Amino acid sequence: MKRGARLVLAAALAATAFAVGAALAQERAIPPGELKSGSAFLGADLRALQNDDFANPGTLWVERGEKLWSAPAGKDAQSCASCHRDARSSMRGVAAGYPRIDTASGKLSNLEGRINSCRVERMGAEPFRYESEEMLSITAYVARQSRGLPIAASIDGAARAHFDTGRAAYYQRRGQMNLSCAHCHEANWGKRLLSETISQGHPNAYPAYRMEWQTMGSLERRLRACLSGIRAEMLPYGSPDYLDLELFLAWRAQGLPIETPGVRR
Amino acid sequence: MTARIQIPPQAKRGEIVEIRVLIQHAMETGYRHDDVGRLIKRNVIKLFSCRYNGVEVFRADLSSGISANPYLQFCAVAEASGDFEFYWIDDEGRQDSERQSIAVSG
Repeated sequence: MKRGARLVLAAALAATAFAVGAALAQERAIPPGELKSGSAFLGADLRALQNDDFANPGTLWVERGEKLWSAPAGKDAQSCASCHRDARSSMRGVAAGYPRIDTASGKLSNLEGRINSCRVERMGAEPFRYESEEMLSITAYVARQSRGLPIAASIDGAARAHFDTGRAAYYQRRGQMNLSCAHCHEANWGKRLLSETISQGHPNAYPAYRMEWQTMGSLERRLRACLSGIRAEMLPYGSPDYLDLELFLAWRAQGLPIETPGVRR
Repeated sequence: MTARIQIPPQAKRGEIVEIRVLIQHAMETGYRHDDVGRLIKRNVIKLFSCRYNGVEVFRADLSSGISANPYLQFCAVAEASGDFEFYWIDDEGRQDSERQSIAVSG
């Protein structure tokens, strides 16, 4: 009897260990060694454009963002530079850690949200509207300071619950086509969809200049484009569902270098 | 209009220098419709010109077929130290200009 119970226990433990192992293996559908940035799926011409620090059209927004960085706003005429000084050193690596839990509010925040909370709470200024030229410029400028650094978003502590929601959203079938993100970007990356090669769907180039848009756009605009493509409901900009998904995408792309301002099809 | 213009700051006399221009502009084609079906009026940079020490060395008449945020690249022969003046105007009459100097030796 005793011996039997031990055997059952051992079997149960083995089963648990197997289940945990399987869960961990499932967690990273694309292992770190196989991660490919979206730029790997571009043609040689667009890759060259992204790497050309003069001709990359995204640099126009980065340049405007540099001016905004030190432009006074709000009731005390403060600018980003009043507190953060030279962005080239103070913002180095910052974007690589987003989305992250805001220590003051305890809420998950992306770069856009962090900049707006700085503007409203610290500067007493109007928040920038999502996808406005100002928001795209300042986020492009800040993210540009992390170019070449690996994405290092944390999913520890309070971020864990957001990560779990984001992962569930990633694998959730949705829309008239009944597809989840994983159906294209995990099960079929590298294959053709009409004239294009499906990428792994990483966020490391955003805000990015997309040829289709003929302008700069945020990661959320790109997510909305995907949702529209599978005929699913598009959520409003800045919605918590996008934030959770952005955190999952950042975790999924951990280690990929930031390319902002990226150039994409 | 944000614009980026790049010329080499120095050159030897007779050297061919490359000039690169990137201008932020929506280049509205005039063929698109808004949400309620009205035609959006064409608004493109219709003229771009470059003068070198007062003499026009390059001119472009742009139209609907040019993508947003146009990128132009052309060459000039460095003859004497002086200024390159760039000027452009769109269909709505918005215009802008920029000046950059070159030092020519030899």
